[in-house]
Amino acid sequence: MSYLPKSPWLVHYDASSCNGCDIEVLACLTPLYDVERFGVLNIGNPKHADIFVVTGSVNEQNKSVIQNIYNQMAEPKVVVAIGACATSGGIFRECYNVQGGVDKVIPVDVYVPGCAARPEAIIDGVVQALGVLEEKYKKMGKVAK
Amino acid sequence: MGERTIIPFGPQHPVLPEPLHLDLILEDEKVVGAVPSIGFVHRGLEKLVEKRDFHEMMYVIERVCGICSFIHGQGYVQTIEGIFDLEIPDRAKFLRTIWAELSRVHSHLLWLGLMADAYGFESLFMHCWRVREKILDIFEETTGGRVIFSVCKVGGVWKDIDNETLKKIVEVLNVVEQESKDLTNVFIKDFTVQKRTRGVGVLTYQEAIDVGAVGPTLRGSGVAMDLRKLGYAAYGELDFEPIVEKDGDCYARTLVRAREIYQSIDLIRQCVSKIPDGEIDVKVKGFPKGEYVSRLEQPRGQVVYYARANGTKYLERFRVRTPTFANIPALLKMLPGCDLADVPLLALTIDPCISCTER
Repeated sequence: MSYLPKSPWLVHYDASSCNGCDIEVLACLTPLYDVERFGVLNIGNPKHADIFVVTGSVNEQNKSVIQNIYNQMAEPKVVVAIGACATSGGIFRECYNVQGGVDKVIPVDVYVPGCAARPEAIIDGVVQALGVLEEKYKKMGKVAK
Repeated sequence: MGERTIIPFGPQHPVLPEPLHLDLILEDEKVVGAVPSIGFVHRGLEKLVEKRDFHEMMYVIERVCGICSFIHGQGYVQTIEGIFDLEIPDRAKFLRTIWAELSRVHSHLLWLGLMADAYGFESLFMHCWRVREKILDIFEETTGGRVIFSVCKVGGVWKDIDNETLKKIVEVLNVVEQESKDLTNVFIKDFTVQKRTRGVGVLTYQEAIDVGAVGPTLRGSGVAMDLRKLGYAAYGELDFEPIVEKDGDCYARTLVRAREIYQSIDLIRQCVSKIPDGEIDVKVKGFPKGEYVSRLEQPRGQVVYYARANGTKYLERFRVRTPTFANIPALLKMLPGCDLADVPLLALTIDPCISCTER
């Protein structure tokens, strides 16, 4: 992938993260890492977003919120699970209120490791998500322009 | 009187990085009441003490919250050391103080950035976070982590900072101080910002005490309570006074946090000039038995830890009472009477950390 065919917008939801990954996601948007130079924008409206960035693990209370945001997003969409908690439950996997990674409730396309995930890893995850997004476009018989 | 409407605010909301949920009761544009509901981030990590031994628990407790992770770790080991009645080396105490104060600077800069974003001052938000990265670089150089450090242990700290690096830290902080001045000037002197913050969300002296507010929220209402004055870690040997503002509005709370950045930088300078040479840890033998309570000052306010141990390697009970939990009643006191458009701003001025609150 030598160029980005479109500016990917992302919606971020903190499932039950410790904030560590969340502030690193925000740090990606700020001057040192500045993903906005690639056209990546963090927005609040799920209907505008192409990429769903989830940090933290799933519990009874936030399950429906995650599904709700996911269902509202327009196709094609990509889910990126950020950090150890979002991929598997991480250090909290044995807690009574943690059910596991985000893939328990919605399909996940890209997993980003780390506790807390480093901004470089997060950016790499989002770039990989763009590749997945492009493939999904092709499958739908459309070309991203 | 207009008709009453209920508007749900959160858990997924553009201004909140974290899932806080409020049901706002409105009469036209005015908020007349708010009902919070929590539980979106509850993990139940206090129960993990039954599965992780008391050394490993440090890493779990650090992840109560990623923003004030260091002080959570420090509070936990301080509680366990209290049960052991363990005296740690002075150098370790000073190192802990330095990291804790750096955490405060980074947390307050982060908060100022989010606050700027809530006004709609996006460049200011970016600049706050740019300056904050300098602090994170110090963390990375001294501990290896950017947000989670895992550098405390029962009996001391894992890593030493050599004196040359300490001097470098002070040099970086001089730059941070200079750059923060430009930023905080906007928060303190800008006309538009003052329009948004002055007289908004007033929490009076008596109300602040009645609802049991803590930290900058309490000090913004004129109550001089700062637990660092208890003299835990190396604070007993440092010279400082709690920062207090009288007005109790959003402006006062902003001012407290802005001034605390400079206070923390000053405290680190004092630490660097007073830090003694020597060991950084003592050996811990056996298992803890007994109970202990310790209180520390987080960037967001008072945090209380309680631990009970029965002489095995697993603790019997561990409890954290976090500052945001104490500040949510204060938020509910501030909300009635404000405009709907001011709600994000008010929610931010208590510096909410939902991950702490729900654990």
